[in-house]
Amino acid sequence: MLINNPEQLSALTLDLKKKADKAAKIQILVSMGTCGIAAGATPVFEAFKKEVSRRGNNDMKVLSVGCVGLCHSEPTVEILNVETGKSTIFGNVKPDQAAAILDGKGEQIKKSWYFPEDEKNPGDCLQARIVLRNSGRIDPESIDDYFLRGGYQAMAKVLTSMKPAEVVDMVTVSGLRGRGGGGFPTGKKWSIAAAQTSEEKYLICNADEGDPGAFMDRAVMEGDPHALLEAMVIAGYAIGARHGIIYVRAEYPLAVKRLQLAMDQAREYGLIGKNIFASGFDFDLNIKYGAGAFVCGEETALIRSISGMRGMPIYKPPFPAIAGLWAKPTIVNNVETFANIPAIIRKGAAWFKTIGTAGSPGTKVFSITGKVNKVGLIEVPMGTTLRNIIFGLGEGIRNGRKFKAVQTGGPSGGCIAEKSLDTPIDYDTLKALGSMMGSGGMIVMDEDDCMVDVAKFFVQFTMDESCGKCTPCRVGGRQMFGLLQKITSGDGTLEDLDTIKDLAHAVKTASLCGLGMTAPNPVLATMACFPEEYRAHIVDRKCPAGKCTNLISYVIDPEKCTGCTLCARKCPVGCISGKVKEKHVIDQNKCIHCGACYEACRFSAISKQ
Amino acid sequence: MTCSCCSDNRPNLLETYPEKRQKLDEYISKLDLGDDMERRKGFLIGCLHEAQHIFGYLPREVQELVGKRLRLQQSDVYGVISFYSFFTDQPVGKYKINVCTGTACFVRGADKILEEFKSKLGLEEGQSSADLKFTLTSIRCVGACSLAPVVMVNDRVYGNVTAKMVPEIIKNCE
Repeated sequence: MLINNPEQLSALTLDLKKKADKAAKIQILVSMGTCGIAAGATPVFEAFKKEVSRRGNNDMKVLSVGCVGLCHSEPTVEILNVETGKSTIFGNVKPDQAAAILDGKGEQIKKSWYFPEDEKNPGDCLQARIVLRNSGRIDPESIDDYFLRGGYQAMAKVLTSMKPAEVVDMVTVSGLRGRGGGGFPTGKKWSIAAAQTSEEKYLICNADEGDPGAFMDRAVMEGDPHALLEAMVIAGYAIGARHGIIYVRAEYPLAVKRLQLAMDQAREYGLIGKNIFASGFDFDLNIKYGAGAFVCGEETALIRSISGMRGMPIYKPPFPAIAGLWAKPTIVNNVETFANIPAIIRKGAAWFKTIGTAGSPGTKVFSITGKVNKVGLIEVPMGTTLRNIIFGLGEGIRNGRKFKAVQTGGPSGGCIAEKSLDTPIDYDTLKALGSMMGSGGMIVMDEDDCMVDVAKFFVQFTMDESCGKCTPCRVGGRQMFGLLQKITSGDGTLEDLDTIKDLAHAVKTASLCGLGMTAPNPVLATMACFPEEYRAHIVDRKCPAGKCTNLISYVIDPEKCTGCTLCARKCPVGCISGKVKEKHVIDQNKCIHCGACYEACRFSAISKQ
Repeated sequence: MTCSCCSDNRPNLLETYPEKRQKLDEYISKLDLGDDMERRKGFLIGCLHEAQHIFGYLPREVQELVGKRLRLQQSDVYGVISFYSFFTDQPVGKYKINVCTGTACFVRGADKILEEFKSKLGLEEGQSSADLKFTLTSIRCVGACSLAPVVMVNDRVYGNVTAKMVPEIIKNCE
């Protein structure tokens, strides 16, 4: 059936609402994104379906939904009463708990962690959901579910009552900035492409989520794919592009499957394709796969990848908005940026500006991972402090360890230490702290993490992912890595620190694209925040965190050693001597610092020094 | 990267599996290639994805077939394969063990897991066993950071992996 005008859309939505009112009152929502499934959501889903059909209860319906962000308690099941809005979420659900949970018994998740946008904030919840508003609420494989949540209404409004320039203006006024990391004002980008007179323009969605530790774009595509399609039609109309391309990571098969299905459904209703809503506007979409190259997150590299070439960035200007794919005006926006668009259209630019900070309105989705108690995907207003995120939502550090730093912005960002935890974060404040927003990965580190080692990890990452086109990035990255390796193996000198700084400056200023320009950030930020740690590696030949194997020595405490011989048997080089029930000793000259004894000892008699 | 296809006595995949060749031929025939060489290139990565999906990897004869059908230079095809980590011109083991080395897995000890796999399988990163049973690789973030450290064996995900679980994971491949 084709939907030809907004009235038909409203009628269809109303009809679906009537049907929904007669349908099941209790929804059982099983979170089934990639990580939910990895944690075992599929048998849980089957168990609930079986239990509901066994009870023969027509009031209950089991739905497979996208990610709710409660990664720490996957698999999760939400029991939602559609009439009263009452919802209870259960975590760490096992298939055999289905019956008990339907009776209300199980491990419940606090409301302060999660609530969807259309419900009242319980007051103490720090989250605010715009981008993830439907994720975890709707069956992502059902377009009807999306209609029921006001889906495609924003598109109807745009295509039938707004001029393209009005749409661009609205996005400009809203202050929305690119959520892919750079934070470039979206409206401004659109207006450049809109001003081009070319008949052929392209709109590209960058879904090549490459930052390690960031998975918000995947959550949107898996949990609410229609929102992305709707936003792309709106953006295409605004800039005058009739071709849309979603460039997605090949590592996201479930996201691709759901996007493909959503596109088929939207085409069937005529919501993408020719003459949408009889407005005379044509827009079609297709999916292109990435093939595992981090640098393709950079827009000119991404465009070259779509053109079937090696994904090497080219010099700007000309900017893609003027000459991009096939040398035609091209706009590249990130998934999360697009996911904000339908809400801005429906509720207005003024509403959007009430959320977040003056310079960065709206919300940001973060994935908090690492050594934090509650790992998860959260959406908070811009301007929330890191302390609230890590110690509020994240509930502090695992195993009672001490917080050391949080890494934001992936391999292009930096580490933020304890003293800056109370800064309200947005694009500008993070930059001032020597880090950046990036795509929103947040990796929390504790006292057991060595900052020199972390810097080395990121430099190795950018070194491996450098496309090799420009010398500063290709050679400079390798040199920085070599110096950091020297320091972590205990051969560093204080001059090496100056050399790293010089190199970092050169790589930052002379590299061609964003990858090279930001590659030294993790080193510079850790050197600025933790200078004493670098000095300890160089001057004292010690790794305070006990991570760098060459710089630690394992010592047996004679008071605690019971002479069980376990460590001696585990040692791969036979450097531990001692008889049964006698104190054991490690020969430091032979020890290869592998830590096998440390892990084997059952009496905590072995310590790292 | 060394070229393995000319030196060994590996059978030609296109001759050994005519049905797979036909599948790839049919896929390419459906594409609207057109006369513009630049725009034809736009189909290259999609074709290589399909070809690798069908054959498991991209040896020289498959690369040549794709290049010929798309009317592109052989260097364009190989240039793309060598640039993107997803493509491989080497045969892949039946069980592809991918150790995630993204940041979240890194801070939770992925390096130790990788070392354990290396020593238990006697393989270096990126190598396959001689009987083509295992391939060991490290990958960049699969986005299952909450389960860090993560190991993927083909499509199966193992979460919160410890070094002690490694023999068990290998055994599950039997």
